[in-house]
Amino acid sequence: MRIRTSERGRAGHLYDAFVAERITREDVAHVADLARLSLSEEELDLFTVQLAAVLDHAEDVESLDTEGVPPTAHPLPLVNVLREDVVRPSLDRAEVLAAAPAVEDDRFRVPPALGEEQ
Amino acid sequence: MTFLTTDAGVGTIVEPFTVTDPSGQAWELVVGLEVHCELATATKIFCGCANEFGSEPNTNVCPVCLGLPGSLPVLNRQVVELAMRLGRALRCRVEPSVFHRKNYFYPDMPKDYQVSQYDRPINVDGELELPDGSVVGIERAHLEEDTGKSTHVGGGGRIHDALHSLVDYNRAGVPLVEIVGRPHIRTPEQARAYVQELRAVLLATGASDAKMEEGSMRVDANVSMRRAGTDELGTRCEIKNLNSTRSLVRAIEYEARRQVDLLSAGERIVQQTRHWDEAEGRTHTLRSKEEADDYRYFPEPDLVPLEPAAEWVAAVDAALPPLPAARRRALSDRTGAEQATAALVVERDLDALVLTAVDAGGDPDRLLTRAANDLAAADVGALTAPAFAAVSRMEADGALTATQAKVVLAELVAGGGDPQAIAAARGFEAMGEDELAAAVDAAVASDPAAWQRFVDGDPKVAGLFVGKVMKATSGKADGKAVNALLRQRAAG
Amino acid sequence: MSERDTSGPGGRQGAEEVGGLEASALQLAAQVRSGARSAVSVVEDHLAGIAAGDGEIHAFNHVMEEEALAAASRVDERLAAGEDPGPLAGVPVALKDNLCTRGVPTTCSSRILEGWLPPYDATVVARLAASGAIAIGKANLDEFAMGSSTEHSAFGPTRNPHDTGRVPGGSSGGSAAAVAAGFAPLGLGSDTGGSVRLPAAYCGVVGMKPTYGAVSRYGLIAFASSLDQIGPFGRTVADAAALLEVVAGHDPLDSTSIDAPAPAVSAVLDAGVEGLRIGLVTELSGEGTDPDVRRRVAAAAEALEAAGAKVEDVSVPATTLGLSAYYLIAPAEASSNLARYDGVRYGLRVDAPTNGGMNVASRTAGFGDEVKRRIMLGTYALSAGYYDAYYGKAQQVRTLIIRDFAAAYERFDLLLSPTAPTTAFPFGAKTADPLSMYLTDVCTIPSNLAGDPAISVPYGLGDDGMPIGVQLLGPALSEPTLFRAAAVLEHSMAPTGDGGPAAGRERTT
Ligand SMILES: [Mg+2]
Ligand SMILES: [Zn+2]
Repeated sequence: MRIRTSERGRAGHLYDAFVAERITREDVAHVADLARLSLSEEELDLFTVQLAAVLDHAEDVESLDTEGVPPTAHPLPLVNVLREDVVRPSLDRAEVLAAAPAVEDDRFRVPPALGEEQ
Repeated sequence: MTFLTTDAGVGTIVEPFTVTDPSGQAWELVVGLEVHCELATATKIFCGCANEFGSEPNTNVCPVCLGLPGSLPVLNRQVVELAMRLGRALRCRVEPSVFHRKNYFYPDMPKDYQVSQYDRPINVDGELELPDGSVVGIERAHLEEDTGKSTHVGGGGRIHDALHSLVDYNRAGVPLVEIVGRPHIRTPEQARAYVQELRAVLLATGASDAKMEEGSMRVDANVSMRRAGTDELGTRCEIKNLNSTRSLVRAIEYEARRQVDLLSAGERIVQQTRHWDEAEGRTHTLRSKEEADDYRYFPEPDLVPLEPAAEWVAAVDAALPPLPAARRRALSDRTGAEQATAALVVERDLDALVLTAVDAGGDPDRLLTRAANDLAAADVGALTAPAFAAVSRMEADGALTATQAKVVLAELVAGGGDPQAIAAARGFEAMGEDELAAAVDAAVASDPAAWQRFVDGDPKVAGLFVGKVMKATSGKADGKAVNALLRQRAAG
Repeated sequence: MSERDTSGPGGRQGAEEVGGLEASALQLAAQVRSGARSAVSVVEDHLAGIAAGDGEIHAFNHVMEEEALAAASRVDERLAAGEDPGPLAGVPVALKDNLCTRGVPTTCSSRILEGWLPPYDATVVARLAASGAIAIGKANLDEFAMGSSTEHSAFGPTRNPHDTGRVPGGSSGGSAAAVAAGFAPLGLGSDTGGSVRLPAAYCGVVGMKPTYGAVSRYGLIAFASSLDQIGPFGRTVADAAALLEVVAGHDPLDSTSIDAPAPAVSAVLDAGVEGLRIGLVTELSGEGTDPDVRRRVAAAAEALEAAGAKVEDVSVPATTLGLSAYYLIAPAEASSNLARYDGVRYGLRVDAPTNGGMNVASRTAGFGDEVKRRIMLGTYALSAGYYDAYYGKAQQVRTLIIRDFAAAYERFDLLLSPTAPTTAFPFGAKTADPLSMYLTDVCTIPSNLAGDPAISVPYGLGDDGMPIGVQLLGPALSEPTLFRAAAVLEHSMAPTGDGGPAAGRERTT
């Protein structure tokens, strides 16, 4: 079994050089933006070290020569799973809206999505 | 999604739309259209909720299309059927395809990812032939799910000033085909023709009701400009919110000029998404593409690959109705119709009537003229092909004037009957040459001053005399013959 | 009754005081179906056991007292009316709290879903009800099933009934602990990288991950969709088999569901392993595995040989890459699956002036650190410029693992390994170092990547007195063979068996 020591993750500050190769603090901040998470300065530091440790462990995968190996997205070799175009009952609107944090006019109310259009 | 290639257009070369900047440099237009169409299914793409426009908000929703935790999608067979119909009608290859997730946050999108086809779409590499004979390449026509719909409250309904938004998920999960055209379009008019032709194909195949006003057909235009006569593609801007073909044409023209203003000032075009404001007649920037779109596409693990069997594709081919381009060609081949006339007659869905009437011995020219000018789109009432043929024959033989033929046709549309009998009842006997000549002479004599102006070369006065003759003969006179006699008298 | 049980933690002792909680699921169902006991009395006893013991164990986020009693009454009514109430009539089941239950809180042990009442039942929940089984509570888990210890629950950890100073394993720690503590004879968990098998091993119960697609995922709140699979817990192999048969089988609501009936596993439990070829996977039981764990795996191999199987060492080289591939694929899928928790439609909302700001504030407040870590990792692995190096590469490694397993299954019917390299560890031992926590899944992950079934069977105690599980692995759809071999191992641990001292668990025959 190939198990690496985990000291790196535990004492992250000792491995600044190694961390910088893997993933930078700026990378982590950018990823947090993409994922709609806000991280404190301390969390940014911690996550940078911890993500670097996992990515470093994944180095065996990253450096593997997989030329010509097809990817497996799915363990099952199924294709063409289809359903018939037949209407089924929808949910009760009151039950749906009861779960919502804010409702107005039978719709879900959200703050304005400025500059987020796609 | 945009997969621009650098190939030039195919088919008839369309004279490009150009804008000349103050320095005299001419810039020409390049447009590629992306069209989203809602498919006309009974249910949504991945769940059994009704695919229905205009329902009460949030009534056509279930765990799947609301993206509730734990729910899973199952693909609707009819979605695949309709997508293939459209694809084959656009001369695409149907290929094995895979759904991906396109990840981005937006409140209209319940899962905060859109299930869409990415590098392996169902339909690839087709083309659409327009009435003017030009051919626009289709890169792909892929499947994806629609989003919900936000209403912006406050700020006059405009998103930038909205106080908050209200979301209705009835539309979330409605099946869409996104038809990605190649940048082969050269004029705003050609863009309009492309959208109209695509709409005709969608209707013919039953794939979509293609209503731009209800949003079941939505057009985004990728617009760029390049120095006239060059081949490279410039940086493009994508224009959204084009709700009609009129908006499409206006927006492209506006955007072309905006870009030329920048380019001629030595500025760089920034690739971005822009919003067409119909009221202001201008485009606004929505967001810059350079703000790193990072959609993190990956294969949707909750769905399996789609590999329609060859027999299914063959059955789709066999069931395809005649498509507009083929109908136009068939009409021209049989009748000698000009491009524009053939386009008009097919657009009005009158080509089958005309062809049957030709078979019944009708006069092709008269049939085409009446179909293109005097019959309403797809609504010919009680008019039968044999009756239409008979009217055209009578007109061609001089038994009816153009005006009389129109009257008879209108009566046939309204109530059917025998064209001969209708003409007789109306007293539409053909006029003898002497009778016509006498009527023309009487008209000339009635207004010597006007006649002198006509003789002196003012052609506008002709109408006055034609009108007099028509009145005197109760419309029985043939306008063309009257004009010929007038010119003869003036010259003589 | 083993000596371990009588000196066990409060949960077990509490359970014994109310009586009847040692019976197996099959015994209870037989009693209820024959009219010897009412379903209501069975449920009342178990609710009393939970009331007495769960304060210490914290197996449940929510006990479904009212719903369970009502469901039990319906079973009794059906019996009284002469109807068949189903094979698991009156048997309480602990549901992992990532299975949707209509109108009953379903939290994934996350603040972001606190208070959410699903408007629908998961397919497995509906099938349980149809079988007469009684959902008795929503069991604790690592938040969104991300963890190996159940320490990453927003509502506090579950304690291991064998030693309340230790973790029960995870992520289905609540279900495993509930079954071990006698709160319910059966439990359902989900297994994405070992989340059923690891807690089964740590808590000394049977836990099974079926072939991917054998059990519908509809209504299972997704962690990593191409790896997730719902699996049964039981105190006996036969109970786990009965539960699998009830929940498995094709579901048209899950596109990845295998279009076949549930595997018939109960019928073959006595078939033995005579003539089976079983490979001991060298890569999964070498250095890094505790010596006592290795000894118990060797004892299991001996017991299988004694029962007529042929056991040999086998190398499945690509399994060494499993952990790395898993920690790229699972977070990638999770980052997308967990995007929907945005404060718009359900769950926690923390207000902000813009929608984007509201999304950020809600997600930041609602997710715990481990969930954030994995969302970040997965977002990174999928992001522009890194996809090929990380996610794409991991998908190729997945192919290699499938190929290596396929090669091994040309020579062997089943494979054998430890379920985990160690026994249950004390609280806090691995929380500061995520990677060390991830390493506990090293033996279980390869089956998830391959989509193959595997079962963990309790097989004695470690030097620390904690349960040790051994894992049997098989090719897709080999559930019947796996259960046969599991039954042989179980039998060898019985007081009359010859495989070693009975320990850590009770026999019900
Ligand atoms: Mg799209
Ligand atoms: Zn729905």
